[in-house]
Amino acid sequence: MKLTKQEVQQVAELASLALSDDEINRMAQDLDNILIHVDKLSELDTSGVEPMAQVLYEAGETATLREDRERAPLGNTAALANAPLAGGGYFKVPKVIERS
Amino acid sequence: MNLSEHTIDSIRAGLLGKQFTATELAVQALAYAQAENPKTNAYLTFSPDRALSTALEVDKKIAAGEDPGALAGVPIAIKDVILTRGVRTTCASRLLERYIPPYDATAVQRIEQAGGVILGKTNCDEFAMGSSNENSAFGPVRNPVALDRVPGGSSGGSAAVVAQGTAVLSLGSDTGGSIRQPASFCGVTGVTPTYGRVSRYGLTAFASSLDHIGPFSRSVRDSATLLRVIAGHDEMDATSAFAPVPDYTAALDGNIRGMKIGLPREYFENLASETGDLILRAVDVLKKLGCETQEIRLPHTPYAIACYYVIATAEASSNLARYDGVRYTSRADARDTLSDMYRVTRGEGFGAECKRRIMLGTYVLSAGYYDAYYLKAQKVRSLIARDYAEAFEQVDAIVGPVSPFPAFKLGEKVDDPVSMYLSDIYTITGDLAGVPCMSVPCGTTADGLPVGLQIFTRHFNETAMFRVADAYQKASN
Repeated sequence: MKLTKQEVQQVAELASLALSDDEINRMAQDLDNILIHVDKLSELDTSGVEPMAQVLYEAGETATLREDRERAPLGNTAALANAPLAGGGYFKVPKVIERS
Repeated sequence: MNLSEHTIDSIRAGLLGKQFTATELAVQALAYAQAENPKTNAYLTFSPDRALSTALEVDKKIAAGEDPGALAGVPIAIKDVILTRGVRTTCASRLLERYIPPYDATAVQRIEQAGGVILGKTNCDEFAMGSSNENSAFGPVRNPVALDRVPGGSSGGSAAVVAQGTAVLSLGSDTGGSIRQPASFCGVTGVTPTYGRVSRYGLTAFASSLDHIGPFSRSVRDSATLLRVIAGHDEMDATSAFAPVPDYTAALDGNIRGMKIGLPREYFENLASETGDLILRAVDVLKKLGCETQEIRLPHTPYAIACYYVIATAEASSNLARYDGVRYTSRADARDTLSDMYRVTRGEGFGAECKRRIMLGTYVLSAGYYDAYYLKAQKVRSLIARDYAEAFEQVDAIVGPVSPFPAFKLGEKVDDPVSMYLSDIYTITGDLAGVPCMSVPCGTTADGLPVGLQIFTRHFNETAMFRVADAYQKASN
């Protein structure tokens, strides 16, 4: 299995990660090495085995639903306190839609 | 004041016997921790205001004759992936260098309600990803036992502060061994409770189906006390379990006669000789205490690392998507388009290991690979969990090594991610199965490097695990 530079670049796009050329080359090599190890999983016959998505414990279906009552929210000021850029009570981001 | 001679009980006795106040202890502990910190870089942030205000509350309660709480006045450090309201929480990442959480993790809240005095936040691998604490954006932690060596990871700082005597207790988090491995490298006790035992509300998510919060301490007894304080259902975490929390310390009578202990064959093959010798010596101590030992099998162990690095990175790639320059303090100076802002913020902000795991996780979840990697790994996870279930039909506890080798030198493995990943072989299966497990010190190598004995028990049976660990610790001292 050999990951091409182009494949790595595509994954980086999916992950929203800007990587330098050096990083892409290094990443191609690292991911290859890891995936060679991961391919070990294909040795195992898992037909008929259920996937384990979560560690389960004994509890009823609605056990984790909490009581539906009013409670104080975090509040706008606290929620925005760590924003790199805020304004008018909102998180501000660069322009998404251009006006024509 | 060096805290290494202190325990929860000794502090309680000192407070109630008026030998010192919680405030005096907090002031001295902070001064000592701050003075000693440059040696190890174990603390990233100190929280004197918070420490002193809790200490004052404890002193008031004692003066009023009220119960000051199970952790009254005890100096505690918190891994910097666990949120502390008003106290910077960085996850050891440049991205969160200036992040001040607006709320407390449930575990932190419970510690302070019990009178625990939070001295500060401990260094770790960035977003808890690593096995050596060398992936911190704020520099590695040095092992207090041997300063040229790593403390283990990812909770390296939390292990180091207890070993160094700059905290009595600490909290860490464990996703693939991040509590037990540093505990073994630094010669302290570290506990990964059953999945769901401790609320993760306020724990920065790495891999949600594997993340645990757990205690570090010198003595097994102190970890048992701390776990009891932080354990139990929390309505803020839907994965936290309803199972009742027993009084763990009440069961620590040192008598484990007749207990059946399993030794997994897969854990004793290929074991570096010195570590292997120390583990076998610990097994002899358990036999002398009246335990019956037998060889067992955990046959899917050789597949655990591959399984883990698919599941953990897939979950991480999704959990770390939130650090995109919108809500969490850091934004790159790339304002042309929103997507450029995301890409550059993340590209500049994450360190190499986080990027590697985000990339791997995104790859295994991407179209065409999901079945081959992610679904396959989840099925293998079922087989690993089944290994434990079958083993626990024969035995009450399983013991083995925590790590194939003791603490390695700083820089020794940084350029070889696969070899770093492989060092987690004995800890990862416990997280995948969700069973409680811990590391208890079991001696040192000829070079003076600590080795940890790992103990596993059935889901929610931390009591049995603590009983074995405590009896061993008392017998070996």
